[in-house]
Amino acid sequence: MTLVLKNVNKHFSNAEEPTLNDVNLEIQRGEFVCIVGKSGCGKSTLLNLIAGLETPTQGEILLDGKPVTGPGADRVVMFQEHALFPWRNVIENVRFGMEIAGAPKEEQEQKAMKYLRMMQLEEYRDYPIHQLSGGMRQRVALARALTLDSEILLMDEPFSALDKQTANRLRSELQDIWIKMKRTILFITHSVEEAVYLGDRVVVMSEKKQSIKDIITIGLPRPRHVYDDAFVQYRHQILEEVQNGEE
Amino acid sequence: MGKSKRKIETVIFFAAIILLWQVLYSLGTGVLGIWKSYAMPSPLGVWECFLRLLGDGTLLQSIGNSLLRGFTGYLIAIILGGLIGFLMNHFGYLHRNLRPLVMGIQTLPSICWVPFSILWFGLTEQAIIFVVVMGSAFSLSVAVDNAIRNVPPIYKKAALTMGANKKQLYRKVILPASLPELVSGLKQGWSFAWRALMSGEVMTTCIGLGQTLITGRNLADINQVMFVMIVIVLTGIVIDQTIFRGLEKWVYRKRPVS
Repeated sequence: MTLVLKNVNKHFSNAEEPTLNDVNLEIQRGEFVCIVGKSGCGKSTLLNLIAGLETPTQGEILLDGKPVTGPGADRVVMFQEHALFPWRNVIENVRFGMEIAGAPKEEQEQKAMKYLRMMQLEEYRDYPIHQLSGGMRQRVALARALTLDSEILLMDEPFSALDKQTANRLRSELQDIWIKMKRTILFITHSVEEAVYLGDRVVVMSEKKQSIKDIITIGLPRPRHVYDDAFVQYRHQILEEVQNGEE
Repeated sequence: MGKSKRKIETVIFFAAIILLWQVLYSLGTGVLGIWKSYAMPSPLGVWECFLRLLGDGTLLQSIGNSLLRGFTGYLIAIILGGLIGFLMNHFGYLHRNLRPLVMGIQTLPSICWVPFSILWFGLTEQAIIFVVVMGSAFSLSVAVDNAIRNVPPIYKKAALTMGANKKQLYRKVILPASLPELVSGLKQGWSFAWRALMSGEVMTTCIGLGQTLITGRNLADINQVMFVMIVIVLTGIVIDQTIFRGLEKWVYRKRPVS
């Protein structure tokens, strides 16, 4: 068991209602878990709690049995906006996490290049960030996140600011990487299709309960294809749960 | 437009201004008789003044002394203002209470500090430097506070979730992220320092541009007054184009100029 959430509540002091109510979730090592829900259901707050950027009002979050007390490199976050540093070029951005951790220069260089190659960005190693397209920026951000070998990778709608084509290409690249590396990933999205495409399990959050409503295991082989009958069925079922069952 | 073409354009512009100035001077003091010649500078008179002050060494000495004083005060102001700005940013209590006070003091014209400086330091170098420090430190501290505060939170979040500690956060994220704003704050601080320097110099008897200007007034030499004013402007432009342009180029070597 990698990540365990026990009766997690979050009530912001300036809000009338709690943002998260009694959330319980367990994520296994190497699992790809997606969270879907309408905006305002608390999915981003949940990610911030796991990242340690917020603290729960009640309940506990355990990573390998140890409680989460603040942000750390064992729970790297990839944000919706790329969050790359504009004063560093591509490779310097990818090296950032390793630099912070005090890794030797050579190791930094080798590992950064390994992941840039994986993202097909090796020719762009010395480019300034503002010369890259949105999709390339997110690939650099993913490379940067992967270099840290974190226990769990938290992804907060990383493709939702991109155009549909780029987002689709990136999610299939992410799937390939996950198949190869079996990292533990918690992926937040508002796109049900994206969740069914990527997740081993899809967690549906409800806006009404401000909590988890259902968890669906996606029993489809990988790589998945959006036009398969079984895929379409899962998509319908989850879409139904997200949109309708609110009364 | 080509570079050389633009240069020619600039030369023509300034030549026209000087020509217009000479024409107005000749008309006003000659045919029309509306100005006294001792109350109006002329291009020719200013040129003669330039040759005279260059010849007897006053010009270079004045510029040198003023720049040295200006930079000394400016450096002290950067250290002091930087420290106040950092503390004001770091402690919420200071941000809420000290910042409004500093913002208020910052609006004081630097000449208001002259009585204090003369009482405390006499008619000395230190008195001028004190005015320069007071005239620029507060604006610098507000600039430092703002620059740190305006760092997008996403950069800090990203660094923290990659394992950065407080020290690394400041050194590797907040400092580089706030550099563009810091540099424009430094630039503004310098312009405050340079103005304060003139307020200080006209009060004392130390050799410098301000004092040379006042000497011109005392000798009823309006050409000298005008000439020193031009030198003050030109020195400001030169400092801006060399030091601050260089700094900006360095800061923007990787990021987009916004």
